[in-house]
Amino acid sequence: MSAARVPAVEGWFTMDEADPRLVGNKCTSCGTVFFPKASIACRNPSCDGTAFDDVPLSNRGRVWSYTTNHYAPPAPYVSPDPFEPYSVAAVELADEKLVVLGQVEGGAEGLRVGAEVELVLSTLFADDEGERVVWKWKVVS
Amino acid sequence: MSVGEVAVLGVGMHPWGKWGKNFVEYGVVAARDALADAGLAWTDIQFVSGADTVRNGYPGYVAGATFAQALGWQGAQVTSAYAACASGATALDVARNRILAGLCDVAMVVGADTTPKGFLAPTGGDRPDDPDWLRFRLLGATNPTYFAFYARRRMEVYGATDSDFAKVKVKNARHGLENPNARYRKEVTEEEVLASPMVADPLRLLEICATSDGAAAVVLSSMDFARRRGSGDPVRVAAVSTATPRFPNTIIEMPNFATDSAAAVGPPELTFRDSIAAEAYEQAAIAPDDLDVAEVYDLSSALELDWYENIGLCKPGEAEKLLHDGDTTIGGRIPVNPSGGLACFGEAVPAQALAQVCELVWQLRGQADGRQVEGARVGLTANQGLFGHGSSVIVKK
Repeated sequence: MSAARVPAVEGWFTMDEADPRLVGNKCTSCGTVFFPKASIACRNPSCDGTAFDDVPLSNRGRVWSYTTNHYAPPAPYVSPDPFEPYSVAAVELADEKLVVLGQVEGGAEGLRVGAEVELVLSTLFADDEGERVVWKWKVVS
Repeated sequence: MSVGEVAVLGVGMHPWGKWGKNFVEYGVVAARDALADAGLAWTDIQFVSGADTVRNGYPGYVAGATFAQALGWQGAQVTSAYAACASGATALDVARNRILAGLCDVAMVVGADTTPKGFLAPTGGDRPDDPDWLRFRLLGATNPTYFAFYARRRMEVYGATDSDFAKVKVKNARHGLENPNARYRKEVTEEEVLASPMVADPLRLLEICATSDGAAAVVLSSMDFARRRGSGDPVRVAAVSTATPRFPNTIIEMPNFATDSAAAVGPPELTFRDSIAAEAYEQAAIAPDDLDVAEVYDLSSALELDWYENIGLCKPGEAEKLLHDGDTTIGGRIPVNPSGGLACFGEAVPAQALAQVCELVWQLRGQADGRQVEGARVGLTANQGLFGHGSSVIVKK
């Protein structure tokens, strides 16, 4: 029996394993894109918009910067035992003109500023409710 | 235009360390130290401005009143401020503004913290609506993760090296050797820095600031009050900037998952960090060339290099040269972090922005034994924390 796969956070990305997307939203007045989604008011200070349409973000981008963490972070991060170093990348999306973070699938191999990466779904950790799924960036080889 | 100035009559600190005591005790020590320095009694204080700590329960959220009660209720008016790493400067700003508005003559500003071991962690519980909780949960994005992004970026864009970053630590460790309030007072070599364990690539253990216990306090007064008391030529606060970012903020910052989008509106002229000091320069009506000394927030050794550019000491990409030429070492053109900086102190969040001010006051008075910047008359502090908080204070003699 395979464990249930549940998103580690609700509504931030699609659970489409073949073509996963981060889901942001766009102000219907000024067109500014937000991730995570804006929910109260448009954060462009010159816009008084309050209505937003969900938009899937680009599933490819380029690494703006990155790091590999060699020490286990505190809770609420759930570290594997024994701890394994993990990489986090800040990725620039050209169309949306924003930088979005994500852990890196497959370790630091091939990771460099400017490298092209694509969005994948991956298991963050598993608990009684199943596998908690999160988005990650993967270097396009 | 320059805004009105207030006098710094006294400064004080409780030494930084891991003392394992209640933060209130540190705050009281620093406050009494500052009162003694000012030659004033606690009962002379008309307004108390506390910088909050969020790691010590309710008393930490009402720090002003907590310190006022610990020193003995005497009827002073009170406020408490939280602004992440800028909390101390925000508390200072409230006191300054009250004095400038003529609502009081003398005010006390205090910040103190007791910190846990290791990484600063988010507040406990299950809080999926809090981005500070979520960044740990979903990404394991510790504070050094963000510092490492900036460091890696600096290597990529300006060709900075591991050696450059290590040299900042070597400089600051030397600066802090004689500072009685510093936690780490030990010289380190570049080799030792580069041999310390990797924390968040490219940053190593000796290049990332620790979390510390500590307290700092400042007694401010109106210029009239200082004159009436015959305080001579006191150090003055000429500017306090607590600027927020301008939309769209295109630099990724703690605790965010993403930057603002620049798709609909182009990026602002100044980055957030640039704008923090720019606002202070405008208030004080001075320029970077007028500075003699600066205390900047070296949360990582690499970040100190960014600050050289953010406060206008050099053009973008020239910070490494400034460091190599010895300009930012005591004895150089514009010494940075003569106190030893966070490299020697570690961070005691609500006290840190005030500690920067204390150091500059000692520098401008010529009382910074063993680390004196000769003839310093104008100094600037700069820091940045979470949630769009940052501060810069300019003091003059």
